[in-house]
Amino acid sequence: MTDVSPPRRPTSPPKPPGRPARPSGMQRAAAERTRTTIRRRRVVNVIMVGVTFGAAILATLPLIFILGHLLAAGASLINWDFFTQIPKPPGEAGGGMANGMVGTLVLILAASAFGLPIGIGAGLYLAENRGTHLANAVRFLSDVLNGLPSIVVGIFAWQFLVKPMGKFTALAGGVALGAMMIPLVTRTTEEMIRIVPVSLREAALALGYSRWRTSLVVVLRTALPGIVTGALVAVSRIAGETAPLLFTVLGNQFWSVSLREPIAALPLQIFNFAISPYDQQHALAWAGALVLIGIVLIISLAARFATRSRFGRGGD
Amino acid sequence: MSEAARPLVTTRPDDTGIAARIEGSAIGDSVYRWMITAFALCIPILLLFIALEVGAAAWPALKVFGLGFLTSSDWDPPHNIFGAAPAIYGTIVSSVIALLIATPLALGVAIFLSEFAPSWLRQPVAFLVDLLAAIPSVVYGLWGIFVLQPLLRDHVMPFLSSVPLIGQSALFEGPAYGPSMLSAGLILAIMVLPFTSAVSREVLLAVPRSQREAALALGATKWEMIADAVVPYARSGIIGGIILGLGRALGETMAVTMLIGNVHKISASLFAPGYTMASLIANEFAEATGDLHLSALMAVGAVLFVVTLIVNGLARWLVWRVSREAQS
Amino acid sequence: MATEPPRAPRPTATVAPPAAPGAERIRLESTALCAFFGSVEAVRDVSIAFRDREVTAIIGPSGCGKSTLLRCLNRMHETVPKARVTGAVSLDGQDIYARGINAIEVRRHVGMVFQRPTPFPTMSIRDNVAAGLRILGRDAPARAETDHIVEDALKRTALWDEVSTRLKDSAVGLSGGQQQRLCIARALATRPAVLLLDEPTASLDPISTQKVEELVYELRRDMTVVIVTHNMQQAARVSDRTAFMLTGELVEFAATNALFTTPSDSRTESYITGRFG
Repeated sequence: MTDVSPPRRPTSPPKPPGRPARPSGMQRAAAERTRTTIRRRRVVNVIMVGVTFGAAILATLPLIFILGHLLAAGASLINWDFFTQIPKPPGEAGGGMANGMVGTLVLILAASAFGLPIGIGAGLYLAENRGTHLANAVRFLSDVLNGLPSIVVGIFAWQFLVKPMGKFTALAGGVALGAMMIPLVTRTTEEMIRIVPVSLREAALALGYSRWRTSLVVVLRTALPGIVTGALVAVSRIAGETAPLLFTVLGNQFWSVSLREPIAALPLQIFNFAISPYDQQHALAWAGALVLIGIVLIISLAARFATRSRFGRGGD
Repeated sequence: MSEAARPLVTTRPDDTGIAARIEGSAIGDSVYRWMITAFALCIPILLLFIALEVGAAAWPALKVFGLGFLTSSDWDPPHNIFGAAPAIYGTIVSSVIALLIATPLALGVAIFLSEFAPSWLRQPVAFLVDLLAAIPSVVYGLWGIFVLQPLLRDHVMPFLSSVPLIGQSALFEGPAYGPSMLSAGLILAIMVLPFTSAVSREVLLAVPRSQREAALALGATKWEMIADAVVPYARSGIIGGIILGLGRALGETMAVTMLIGNVHKISASLFAPGYTMASLIANEFAEATGDLHLSALMAVGAVLFVVTLIVNGLARWLVWRVSREAQS
Repeated sequence: MATEPPRAPRPTATVAPPAAPGAERIRLESTALCAFFGSVEAVRDVSIAFRDREVTAIIGPSGCGKSTLLRCLNRMHETVPKARVTGAVSLDGQDIYARGINAIEVRRHVGMVFQRPTPFPTMSIRDNVAAGLRILGRDAPARAETDHIVEDALKRTALWDEVSTRLKDSAVGLSGGQQQRLCIARALATRPAVLLLDEPTASLDPISTQKVEELVYELRRDMTVVIVTHNMQQAARVSDRTAFMLTGELVEFAATNALFTTPSDSRTESYITGRFG
């Protein structure tokens, strides 16, 4: 049966034959080769799935090990004394890290007093002045500040505050930690403010709200939950910082909440206990680390949960 | 007939009477604008201060030693001789080890999460990997001292020494006491992993569907699509993520101080202790003898500052470039 | 040849029939108004007068400048970057663009309702309605009086029965139609002289649309209403006068009935018979 097809246009693909032809030997061999190649490629694909899955497992292993060991080594020491007593001299049993926890709290408050207003204010500025040269420069420099090693910030605080004042103070520590909070708070504030729809601003303006009132009372208030979450995430990051504290607060063996004196801090105590020669202090270090991680994780979890439920969609 | 403009009608007594008074709110607007501008300017001013103060603290030592500070290995506090070369060497080596170990893992995780993982697995695993970034450095150090280092000393290092050929090389020679470049590099790898992984995941997810579909339409398997189309497209961003990880590794202090041994020596062996810039400053600050010693430490900090600026700047630029390409 | 557009039956409210065109005084009027976005002229030399106790509709195809014109009437246009206005707009004889006049003052007397409902999400229903009163500073009414004003505004927008028991609840929990009526109540609470409505039913379902149209029709009892709409039937249902705009120009402005049955300009006729737009 001849195939009477219309003259072929250059752009159309060739028409398949009306009936499948019987495969020749050569064609059968070529098909066999292709099948093997395809099979091989498929095998490679499966292997790579396994490899990347293995990488994912490997990446989560340290986390599980660390958390597991923290629980095993530190949980036994967590008792009421741990949260209420200051460390005892080495050799004596008991004691706790209460002054470190209180000290960390004081430092967080001092850091927030310095870092939050600047961060939120800068975030507002960036959100409302997008595209200007100054805004782009500030945003870039905020990223630069974010990438600075914490030890460099500590050196700065030492040179700027500790040396002139002549002594180590909680204030210097607060300033160093606050400086590290700023970029995080700025970024979240800017994002949260930008998410507030323009129509909300317009509705307020149309009612007769002045610009500053619109920004603060309407927009900021609407974005506040997200901003608070961002602030908490920033706090959780600086709560565990130790390096800047080496240069600023020195640590304190006793109770102290004064900003003008050296102060104890949980991460600092963990460090000192970890490198000390006494087993008992090592045990305290584990317990302290468990508490520190607990605080950091709880805040991180709460922040993630809050942002997810707010926008209804998981990240990633 | 359309209505043309009419002459203004005189107002009646019960009108709204728009007052011409300037509200206090105009002042409020100016105050508000100035305040947030001032807060925003705090950031560049703070950075400037940091640079100035660190520079001022470093200047005495830099004045005395000049650029030789970076190349000399002599660190002799009693005789006021300071050279930062071992610390610089150690920083580079530990960071390279960290990158060599972390990068393939981070990429693997990122590819798994963005391409292969079913959606119900994606969120929890990503969360767990990101959680690594939340663990404070000092906790890593604590775990490193009491868990990782004994493990390395008792099992891994002897094993490495016994591997034929390379086990006898300079890389693995010397007694394995524990504190070493290897353990520092390893802990750094764990700490750097979540950052590189997160950035890589983001840039991989940002690769447009059209690229993937084009590869699949040509008959590629999923892995071939990833290796030939997706990863090359996201290449700059991934490199940016790697460099970002490098930036973090360079500045890590506490965990490294606790694991590296704190010795001013350049050795080829990974089993030997050493120093990094950050751990040097942290370790010797408390007992610095004299002003020049202090200033030398600050000078090391200044070097660290500059190096981190450059590396982070490079990383950000690369990631920024990828996001620009993705938008166009 | 113009055909009469279909009309929904007018609500049987006891409202005095609209007076003959030209009887009421002019409350809001623009003179040679031009509005720009940067160098793009969106409103060209528009002179139009809005009378007391009348509803004026502005119709026209997308992009004809009707929303921009509306936003010039309460100085909202200038909130957009690179926006510029020339000409004059006077409210009760006072040019609102005159030197020394604060835009905020103007907006307290000229209220606006937007296309999408925008209740303030962090405020309760009551506080949303009272939002415009709180900012009056020293002139702000006391709590009891505010409650009274809120109730009054909600009754006028036919929301009172639906929300009186949950005034403290968040406004976000209301349906779309309820939210829009809430926004109208919010605008009414400040007792503006003029109410501007920018396509207020565009995002509403038909039943809510009908309720809003009834409300607009009632509002003419004591204020000036200007409504921008892309729906000609809606303009025919609720307005006393209609303006037709095309590419920024005011083409025709007449009593609604006259414009829709015997338009004088051929462009108007083309539009209302559906030849374009």
